[in-house]
Amino acid sequence: MEFFRIHRTIPFMRHALLLNIISLVTFLLAVLFIVTRGFHLSIEFTGGTVMEVHYSQSAPVGDIRQAIDALGYTDFQVQNFGTSQDVMIRLPVRPGEDTASQSRTVLSALQAQSPDVQLRRVEFVGPQVGQELLHNGLMALLFVVVGIMIYLAIRFEWKLAASCAIANLHDVVIILGFFAFFQWEFSLSVLAGVLAVLGYSVNESVVVMDRIRENFRKQRKASVREIINASITQNISRTIITHGSTQMMVLSMFFFGGPTLHNFSLALTIGIWFGIYSSVFVAAALAMWMGIKREDLVRPVKKDGPEVELG
Amino acid sequence: MNRYPLWKYLIVLAALVIGVLYSVPNLYGESPAVQIAGAKTSVKVDHETLLRAEQVLEQNSIQPTAGTFEMNGPVGAVRLRFDSTDTQLAAKDLLEKALNPDPANPDYTVALNLMSATPAWLTALGANPMYLGLDLRGGVHFLLQVDMQGALVSRYDSVASETRSTLRDSKIKFDDVERAGQSVRASFVAEAERDAAVDLLRRSMPEMQFVTAHSGDQWQLTGTLTPSAITQVQDNALKQNIQTLHNRINELGVAEPIIQQQGADRIVVQLPGVQDVAKAKEILGRTATLEIHMVDESPAAQAALSSGRVPFGLVRYNDRDGRPLLLRRQVILTGENLQDAQPGRDQQTQQPTVNLTLDAKGSRIFRDVTRDNIGRRMAIVLFENNQGEVVTAPVIRSEIPGGHVQISGSMTAQEAADVSLLLRAGSLAAPMQIIEERTIGPSLGAANIKQGFDSTLWGFTAIAIFIIAYYHLFGVFSTLGLSFNVLLLLAVLSMLQATLTLPGIAAIALTLGMAIDANVLINERIREELRAGLPPQQAIHLGFDRAWATIFDSNLTSLIVGIALLAFGTGPVRGFAVVHCIGILTSMFSSVVGVRALANLWYGRKRKLKTISIGQVWKPRQD
Repeated sequence: MEFFRIHRTIPFMRHALLLNIISLVTFLLAVLFIVTRGFHLSIEFTGGTVMEVHYSQSAPVGDIRQAIDALGYTDFQVQNFGTSQDVMIRLPVRPGEDTASQSRTVLSALQAQSPDVQLRRVEFVGPQVGQELLHNGLMALLFVVVGIMIYLAIRFEWKLAASCAIANLHDVVIILGFFAFFQWEFSLSVLAGVLAVLGYSVNESVVVMDRIRENFRKQRKASVREIINASITQNISRTIITHGSTQMMVLSMFFFGGPTLHNFSLALTIGIWFGIYSSVFVAAALAMWMGIKREDLVRPVKKDGPEVELG
Repeated sequence: MNRYPLWKYLIVLAALVIGVLYSVPNLYGESPAVQIAGAKTSVKVDHETLLRAEQVLEQNSIQPTAGTFEMNGPVGAVRLRFDSTDTQLAAKDLLEKALNPDPANPDYTVALNLMSATPAWLTALGANPMYLGLDLRGGVHFLLQVDMQGALVSRYDSVASETRSTLRDSKIKFDDVERAGQSVRASFVAEAERDAAVDLLRRSMPEMQFVTAHSGDQWQLTGTLTPSAITQVQDNALKQNIQTLHNRINELGVAEPIIQQQGADRIVVQLPGVQDVAKAKEILGRTATLEIHMVDESPAAQAALSSGRVPFGLVRYNDRDGRPLLLRRQVILTGENLQDAQPGRDQQTQQPTVNLTLDAKGSRIFRDVTRDNIGRRMAIVLFENNQGEVVTAPVIRSEIPGGHVQISGSMTAQEAADVSLLLRAGSLAAPMQIIEERTIGPSLGAANIKQGFDSTLWGFTAIAIFIIAYYHLFGVFSTLGLSFNVLLLLAVLSMLQATLTLPGIAAIALTLGMAIDANVLINERIREELRAGLPPQQAIHLGFDRAWATIFDSNLTSLIVGIALLAFGTGPVRGFAVVHCIGILTSMFSSVVGVRALANLWYGRKRKLKTISIGQVWKPRQD
């Protein structure tokens, strides 16, 4: 079995300009959604209390709302999740209240209504912790981008490093745009997912860049555009198979992993597909627009004799 | 060219054996156990306790399957494992009776528990199962913030009382010694007295720095702690709080509690498997400290009390019946000087009491104060959750030497036991506040394990089927390499005694999904070389060689991400990052060295190799 019977080099760069414009528009739309709609941050970031309760029969969501309303809360959420018997309750931080006892008060109010209610999970996060997490998350993002750029600049060359970094930021911003647009819950595990995507999509770009460098060494007469096209074509089979496999794993998490891994795998799925797209059309195209040359990658002093001869 | 020297095969074999040995403990479940811990700080649990417990069981012909002694932080615990729940219960009752002859005043806590059922020979090799995070086994997680300002305030309080007694002992006359915010201020009527005091205090309290001032006919002296002493106080406060939490949690009888410092002023407490969350929260959340003050019963104070005013230098607390009392702000003693607290009964009235034992310094101060204040009232104030309440305010009848103090008031026997437990379990050096809390029910934990395991299993199966269909024998090699990777990853995590969480399982799954990349890169390269017309042996050799540079680059970038997550991540992100980083390293080894060893073993000896089983290699028509 072989999926890709590629007769000749596919001219990936032919429509590079058009695709880059589409990318730019998507990117700007994502930024727009992030700015206008904001994120539906989980309580890990905002602070507050989440309770998961379980009823032996269908949960009376309306009654639960009433009971919590009676406790004087104004900004709270009650929703079913998973099954009709499971209910998730989110409560905001109330200044002055002993937050540790918050869940107990609510639970006893619910128990007064129907004694069969069971507490499955409580999570309480103080506001200062949330602030710190947000700060740490942004620091991690910064560290990753800078670290990868330095590594790529040493390993390859600054034009490739810059185009890789831009391509990857493009992916991350688009994932964030999805989360803003659909108002999916953005939790710590989603953050981990987004950062993992960053690594994953750099990974992809590095594989393409590696090929470009190798082909610059081997094909001394080809133009830059031809070399980029050839490199992507030679890699396309590997790209699809690898990402297909990773996607299978991620889909498996999406379907079997339960609520915690649900949004995590969602972030990864978007990241995988945009990662492929951006490493082919964004990273390589940007490197081309920046005017990458053979001399940038093939250092004359470097002796790589046997490899060149064997090719 | 595709032959490994023997030592390389041996390395792979060794990795395989170690991988199996260290990951296999995770397969044994848990078996019933009994945990013995000290109920008092004065009771030490050590190896002797284990021997004693085993002896007790032997006399009653109960054979534990294993017994261990372990230090958990500063406190030791003995655990005994049994083959069934029945023997476990029988053993618990026996041990309870044997170790605690007086049930009202237990020396040890004997609690039911679960313990890993790993065979002893594996444990002897240091092979233990991974810890399961709270999200997988259920339990409570707290993040506590220590109020360092509070720690300093109570330190200054005790410095002030120490200053008073030092000056009194050296017969230096002073007007007043008070804590004023974050300092201690003393005032004198004469300059000579003050200077004598400065000399004396500088010598006796090297951790303080003093400045002098004078206004009108008042000669003043202000002392503050040196910066290094402040760090010391904060350090000690944190340590004492951790120790106190240890003691309290031991009283709860929780297995494998995690009590760790996080950052400069935070403590993480994780109690796996705790069912009674409310009780745990109550015991942890209660911050009982003790202060002893003098009661002001002067007519002026009584007048102020009835008009509801609180004059300067006094504080108002209610007693157990809600009657207000005015106390002097000066703290005579704090819980710091408390050595032990036990419930008891008054010999004459048979009222429940709490009997306190003070340390040497506390005894001295207490003796002096009682001698100088015969006929006056002294109030013992118990602070719980920053709420002060006067437990009792007895009239001092005589000087009390020896540091034995009996508190009696309107208490029930249960209250006396609770109060003494709280006082004994150590007062907290500084108040704490819960700033993060997670409770995960045990059924949810089990569901999380199943979901994590299922998603990894199905994802792995799907990848294996696809890769074998696509690459045939090389697909089988890749799948074996991937399994080898899981094995190594689990072994390394178990060796490091890492805590496995749901995000950690997600990271295992994702690592597998990404590790296949290396195999695909290699296989595609081999096909490409074959397409270019190279003979199979050379194609294998070049395929592995050329893919290596790319594999290395791409994994290193992933590793950068992993390290960033490790450095800045907290909670679930960290759990994810640890597994992710280790997974990248094991996947590089298994796909590059492991799979290569398989390929070499299979094909390396065949000199006249015509074809290799790597799926169809389609060649484009040459135009």
